[in-house]
Parts: sequence; structure tokens; C-alpha cells
Amino acid sequence: MAGLRLTSVLKDPLREARIFQDRAVVALMGAMVLLALVGLRLFYLQVISHEHFQTLSRDNRVKIAPIPPTRGLIYDRNGVPLAENLPTFSLEIVPDQVANLPATLDELAKIVDINSVDRKRFLRQVKQRRRFEAVPLRFHLTEEEVARFAVQRPRFPGVDIEARLTRHYPLGELTSHTVGYVARISEWELRHLDSASYAGSSHVGKVGVEHFYEEQLHGKVGYEQVEINAQGRSLRVLSRTPPVSGTDLYLYLDIRLQAAAEAALGDNTGAVVALDTKNGGLLALVSKPGYDPNPFVNGIDGKSYRALQNDASRPLLNRALRGQYPPGSTIKPFVTLAGVEHGLVSGNKGVYCPGFYRISGEEHKYRCWKHGGHGAVDLNRAIIESCDVFYYSLAADLGIDRLDDYMGRFGFGSKTGVDISGELGGLMPSREWKRVTRNQIWYPGETIITGIGQGFMSATPLQLAFATATLANRGLPIQPHILYASAEPHSRVLRVYQPKVQEPVPMHKVGYWDRIIQAMADVVHSSSGTAKRISPGLTYRMAGKTGTSQVFGLGQDEKYVKEHIPKNLWDHALFIAFAPVEDPRIAVAVIAEHAGSGGAMAAPIARQVVDAYLLGEKE
Amino acid sequence: MALSRPLSAEANISLARLLHLDLPLLVGLCLLAGVGLVVLYSAGGQDPAIVARQLVRLALGFGAMGIFAQISPHYLERAAPWVYGMGVLLLLAVLVAGDVGKGAQRWLNLGVLRFQPAEVMKMAMPMAISWLLAAGTLPPRLGRLLLAAFMLLIPVFLIVRQPDLGTALLVAAAGAFVLLLAGMSWWIIGLLLAALAALAPLVWHLLRDYQRDRVLMFLNPESDPLGAGYHIIQSKIAIGSGGLYGKGWLNGTQAHLDFIPERHTDFIFAVLAEEFGLVGEILLLLLYLFVVARGLYIANQSITSYGRLLAGSLTLTFFVYVFVNLGMVSGLLPVVGVPLPLISYGGTSLVTLMAAFGILMSVQAHSKYSLCS
Repeated sequence: MAGLRLTSVLKDPLREARIFQDRAVVALMGAMVLLALVGLRLFYLQVISHEHFQTLSRDNRVKIAPIPPTRGLIYDRNGVPLAENLPTFSLEIVPDQVANLPATLDELAKIVDINSVDRKRFLRQVKQRRRFEAVPLRFHLTEEEVARFAVQRPRFPGVDIEARLTRHYPLGELTSHTVGYVARISEWELRHLDSASYAGSSHVGKVGVEHFYEEQLHGKVGYEQVEINAQGRSLRVLSRTPPVSGTDLYLYLDIRLQAAAEAALGDNTGAVVALDTKNGGLLALVSKPGYDPNPFVNGIDGKSYRALQNDASRPLLNRALRGQYPPGSTIKPFVTLAGVEHGLVSGNKGVYCPGFYRISGEEHKYRCWKHGGHGAVDLNRAIIESCDVFYYSLAADLGIDRLDDYMGRFGFGSKTGVDISGELGGLMPSREWKRVTRNQIWYPGETIITGIGQGFMSATPLQLAFATATLANRGLPIQPHILYASAEPHSRVLRVYQPKVQEPVPMHKVGYWDRIIQAMADVVHSSSGTAKRISPGLTYRMAGKTGTSQVFGLGQDEKYVKEHIPKNLWDHALFIAFAPVEDPRIAVAVIAEHAGSGGAMAAPIARQVVDAYLLGEKE
Repeated sequence: MALSRPLSAEANISLARLLHLDLPLLVGLCLLAGVGLVVLYSAGGQDPAIVARQLVRLALGFGAMGIFAQISPHYLERAAPWVYGMGVLLLLAVLVAGDVGKGAQRWLNLGVLRFQPAEVMKMAMPMAISWLLAAGTLPPRLGRLLLAAFMLLIPVFLIVRQPDLGTALLVAAAGAFVLLLAGMSWWIIGLLLAALAALAPLVWHLLRDYQRDRVLMFLNPESDPLGAGYHIIQSKIAIGSGGLYGKGWLNGTQAHLDFIPERHTDFIFAVLAEEFGLVGEILLLLLYLFVVARGLYIANQSITSYGRLLAGSLTLTFFVYVFVNLGMVSGLLPVVGVPLPLISYGGTSLVTLMAAFGILMSVQAHSKYSLCS
């Protein structure tokens, strides 16, 4: 055999073949051992650890995606939408899927308009949310912007356009102080809201009905099991637990009346509250000036917000719920009733009004608004002509304890518990209150001025309306309520709210309800009534009481001359009323800040509101 | 030569014999290729084009096998030193003028085709060492062993420099298997293994960063689940979630949702494991074992030492491919870029591999004639 021989030693073919065979057997056994090793490894992975890896595989491909529920709608009593959900396109980014966030934002800014406010808000939210959750960058994309982005979309992994429902308040300013608004969930709220039910939700009710009924309006979150690929893109839906939309709310609010009340207030700063005396339903609640709630929904920009905050007329303040005004003479009917209940006032008992009142042994004069005095005044004249001296004297006789207690029965000094967030309770002063808050004793003079609704006492327009309704119902308080009924989504069945009747105001001389009411009717209808100027043309009978509350104190011998005083120190004009007298259906409280006298400035507003309610329906 | 064979009752000349093809081995290889195509169809996202391209490569591979089956081992023995020398020159050429791809200089661009000279070495190495040892007496003497070691280390060193650690190890293994099969003393083998273990820290020092990463990742893939450890973690999830019977063909979620990296090339076994489960894998392992056993049987049948050594070492190299790939995919070994023979999608290695089987068949075809002549 040919072959390149490097050695001359003789080969032994049989031995070489045997050597090879031995080695080949060893090699084959080695191969079998190694394959067995692989087999064991596979057995370990696939049989022993199978469940573990099966879970991992499932976790790999299945993502649980929350589906935010559709927020319940809010309607007025006639079905006019006050809060609705409009579809809008927003640009959303999943931070996890974006390699270089700032660079991506810069690139996106070339396609769609992204201002520094959007950018800041977005970056703040990126920190708050989990990395794989989509965070909106821009809302309300125009169709052109949607189209421009759609073309460039492959360049932006992790960025997508989402069609979302955005809360919208079609009536804007008109409902800002009742319906309130929703806005993005703040960092604080994120910590306090149930993270499971708010997974996927970006907004939460902040004020008003939107806040008070958050739980009902929000609905129940749904879930979707989505199959995703390694890049995190959703491929198909495996299973779906649909969200349950929020409950739709129907309010007592009558938007026509609300608009009429707003128009009636005109340019005045102030508030109007109208209650349905039969059930406590809030027919209208106006606080002027108002503001447009819509910019708040997706985050109002700092400049606009500061402008609202620094506005001297304080449009963000809900005066109807949170404005605490000295109620002035409007409380006189209630004080009269306190006197009746305690046997200090009766039909034939009178007080002489020389134009001032003096506590025996003291020099200080408590003046009546009428300079020359009213002369002999009984309870009718006291209410009709709003004689201060009568009430100085009555308050002195009652003392602060009995006055405080009885006024409290009408709701003064405590929140009405209305179903709108943010209500304040006003103040009904007492000895105890003064000791606790000021660590001072109560002075008799303070009782005197409390009798005409001045001094420490303050009340919100809602409280005044509530007290008026209670009076109209002859002592039966019905808690003010804005929610009329709720309805599950897509259901015509209304769950109607049951009015809550509270403990009646005690009055052992029942006939005096009518006397007081008659006197209040005369405030409007008699020739000497302080609100007589609104009587012409009235086709129904209205009972009312004027109030002109002082914003600053006059010196002992000074005279209040409106023209000599800057506008912001003018008296507040107040008026409370209900109608028709025979069968009251509506109770109204009006306050016009720094407008002047109640009879001249506030009463006409109240009449317009009541007219709109009682007469407007017949059209 | 073939015609000089005496006619006998057994000489019922079949087509396979005529073409120098070993029927059992051919069947084994065809089965493997068939399994490969089935898995590839799933792994490639049910793209018929990928399967078609693989079919063309398989045709080329089997063609190469057919050609090599016709070359007598005798000629291979004579050509061995020349092939080896040319392989070394090509490796040098790569280091000087090779193309860079994926961070390593492995490719030689010949204008019409690009190829990796290291692939040639996979054949040239066992040919040359077998040639060297078969020329002397077996078991080999020390002088010849040292010469063999020298011949082995030169190309290995050149391939490590590219750097292509995986191929270097396979080439070294091919040479080492010749030494093992030639009957090198167990003492020497033990000493060499001990020396290797002692040198391990030094080797560690010489490794490139990405190579160290691979080893570290192998030891603890969970330390970087989204980075370097991702491959092996996802591969293990695919295998483990397959269970006993698998998720079914085309139903592997890990594979079809892109979680398995390199799923139609190096990690194709994970796809098979996910879809066919432990049962399917065992069948595949048995198929591989059959091919290896048949290869060793053929080697043992050879009448010449050169034929035995070459056929044996080629068979064992084939097994090393299988084992390294399976070990890598199942997390037993670090990630080394070794395809699964006949299953993975890919060209060059398939042709070399099939050429090696052609040599085996040639050894088988020629052994019996030698006996009779």
C-alpha cells in the first residue's frame, strides 16, 4: 500500500483494530452517558419544574390590562346633560418601551404640538405610574395631528394614539359650582385611592357632585387578558371581564332655573340657592362669578390657574356652600319664633322703638336702621318693617343660650349635609364656642347684635335657604339634596332618592307659624314692607324677609351713606323668600355682596328666580 | 477497483451500494433532516420560503455527501497534509484580510462567495491527525504525539484569534478524538485533563469580555434577565413549559411570540422541546444516538487505521455538536454558537457536516473491498 511513511516500524493491523474497537466502545458509552445527562436535564426542566416554567411562560405572554369603566353621566331633573364623556384622541407613551424618553419627546414635538406644560405634566406622571402603563402626553389631538403621527408611528415604538373618553361639561360656568369637575389623579390621591379599582383610570372627581358621588360615578374596573409578544405588543385578547360603567345621576337641579338665577344675579358677586320645599331638592345653586370647569379636566395650565386664584372676585370660591355671611335681618322671623316658643313674644305684646336700644345701666346705643325709630312695634311690624330695636330687646330677653339652641334647630351653625362636597357650616355663636375658640366670656352686648344676625353669627346661602324651607314647612326640616335619582347605565329604571326629614322645630303655639308667615308675606305685599317694591305684578303670594348686613361697624353717631363708602365696604344685600304662601313649593336665599339694601337689591333677584320656577313651568 | 470485486450470492448490487451509500446511516440522516424541516416550519413562523431555502441547503449537503462518498479514503489520506496546509494558510489569510461580521473576523470573501476557513479545518484537522498517527504504529509514540499536538494547536490558536471560541473548541475536539481513538495512553489523557483544569484561570484571563459574560450568564442567568441572561432564561422557559408531551406543533407560545431568541438557528431545539415535549426530545436523542453508533460501527469496520481514525473522529465531532448545542439550549453549558446538526437553519456547517458523513460512507464502502482484495 502506498502512503507517506514516517516510520519503518512494522504495523500490527489486528492490534490496531482491537485498540480502536476498545476506544470506540468507550466513546460510545461516553456519548450515551452525556446524552443521558441531557435527558435528565430535560426531565428536570419538563417534568419536575414543569409547573414553574409553565407559569413563567404564561406570565411571559399574558398581560393583565385594566379597562377603565365609563364614568356615569350627570343630568339635570329634565334630562339635560350636565357632565358627559366625549371621545378624544390622546397621544400615550409606555415609558418601558421607549429607550430614550427625552429624545422621543423631542422627536414627537416635531410632529404634534407639545408645549412645556404637557411635557412637565407627562414627566411628573411617568414618575408616579408603573413603567409599563401608558401615560398620556397630549390630549385632544386634532385630526391632522392624528394623521401626521399615524404616518410616523413605526419610528416611535411604545408611543400610540388612544381614543379615550374625556369628561366634558357642556354648560361650563353654569354648573361649575354644583356639578364640579373631575381632573387627573394627584399623587396624594394615588396613594389613597384603591389602586385596584383605579387601575386604568386617570381621572377622579375633585369638587362638587363629581367628588361627592365619586364612588357611584366611577364604576367598576374591568380586566382584559391580552397575549403579548416579546416586544410587548398586544396580539389578541384571551379573556375579558368587562368594566361596569358608573351610575348615571339625575339631579334635582333645574338647569333653566339655574340659568334664570344666574341671569338674575347679573353682574353681582353673590349666590342664589333655591330649594324645593316639598323634598329638599336643590333646584338652583348659583355662585357668581363662576369659572369654566373644562380646562381643569386635563390639567389647567399654571398661568390660567393663578389668574383664577388671584382674581379679587374669587371665582373659585363656592359662595353658596362656603360663603359665610352675616345673615343680618333675614334671621328675624326665626328669632321671632324663638321668642314665641319661649313665651316672650305674643300677638298683643309690643316694644317701643325710639331708634335705638340701650342695655340698662350702659351708655352704648344699639341703633335701629330707622333713624327716628318705629315707635310702638308688635311682632308683625317688627318683621314687616324689620325693626332692629324689637330684636335687640327680644335677644336680650332670650339670652344667648336659648337663642343659640333655637336657631340651631333651623340648621344655623351646622352643615346641612347637602350632597355636594366642600360645604361649610357657618357660625351660630354661643358661650361655649367663645370660651373654646377665644377663651373669653360672653358679653351681653354680643347677644343683642346676634338678635339681628350681626356680630359673630354667619351663615351660608344654603343654610339660609334651608332654614327658609323649614319655616315654609312650618318647622319640618328636609335635608337639602341635589341628587334626585340614579340609574344604572343603559337602564331606564330610576332609583329615586328618598328625602330625609329631620327632627321638627319645636313650637307649642302652632298658630304662630301662620302669623309669622303672614308677616313675611306682608314684607312683600304690604305697603310698609321692606320688599314692597317687588310686589307689583306678582301673580302669586310670596313670603320673604330682607336683610342688609353690615360689613363694617359705624361709629356711635355716624350715619351710613352709601355714596361716601368704597364699594367693597357696602352692605351685603340679602333676601330670603318662599312661595306660594298658601302652599310653598320653592324657598330661595339670595345674597348680593356689597350691593346695598336687601329690599332694593336682593329681593328683585329672588322674585325673578321664583317667577321663573312658578310661572316658567306653565309655558 | 470496484469492478474487481468478486461476484457472489451476496453481491446483489443495490443502488445504495453502487453509490457507496450506507443505507442505515442515510435513513438516520434523512429522518433528522425531516424532523428539522418540520420544526423549522414552526420556528420560522410558518414561512414556506425558509423551509424552501433549507431544502436547497440540504440538497447541497446531501450532494456533498454523495460526492465525498465516492472519494476513496486512500486519496483522502494522501491529500490530508495538503488540505491541512491549505487550511492553515486560509486561516492566516482571514486574520490578515478577512471580513468582519458580528464583531469577529471569520469570513473570507472570495468575490463570489464568503466562507469561513475554520469550517475547512473541521475536516482538515481529523484528516491530518489521522494521517500523522496512522503512518506510525498504534498506540502512538510520544514523539508522534507531540507532533500531533503541535499540528492541533496551530489552527486552534489561529481560530481563537478570530475570535471564534466555539469553532476552535470543535476543531480541537476533532483532533483530540483522533488521539483518543488511536489509543493514546489514559495516563496522558488524565494528565492533559488535569493540566487543562489547572490552566482554567489563565484561560479565563485570556477570554474576551463577551465570552466571560457568557460563562457568567451560564452560571447565573437570572442576574441579568433582560440582558445577557435573556437567551438562556427564555430557552429554559420554553423547554420547561413544554412538559411531557409539548404544546403541540405550531402552538409554542414562547416560539411564536418571539420570546426564544435565535429560534430557527442555534436555539431551534427549544422550539422542538416546547412543541413536542420530553417524548419528542427523547426520540430525537435516540435518533442522534443511532447515527453516532452507526458512525462508530462503520469506523470499526474499516480495514485501515486511517479510515478508522478519520471515521471515528468525524462521528464523535458530530456528537460533540449535538451535545454542545443541547447542553447550551437546556442550560447545562454556557452559550456557545453551535448549531444543532441537521435541524438548525444554516448553510456552511451543514455542507461540512454532510461532507463528513460522505467520508464515513466512503470508508464503509471501501472497507469490505479492501478485505476481499
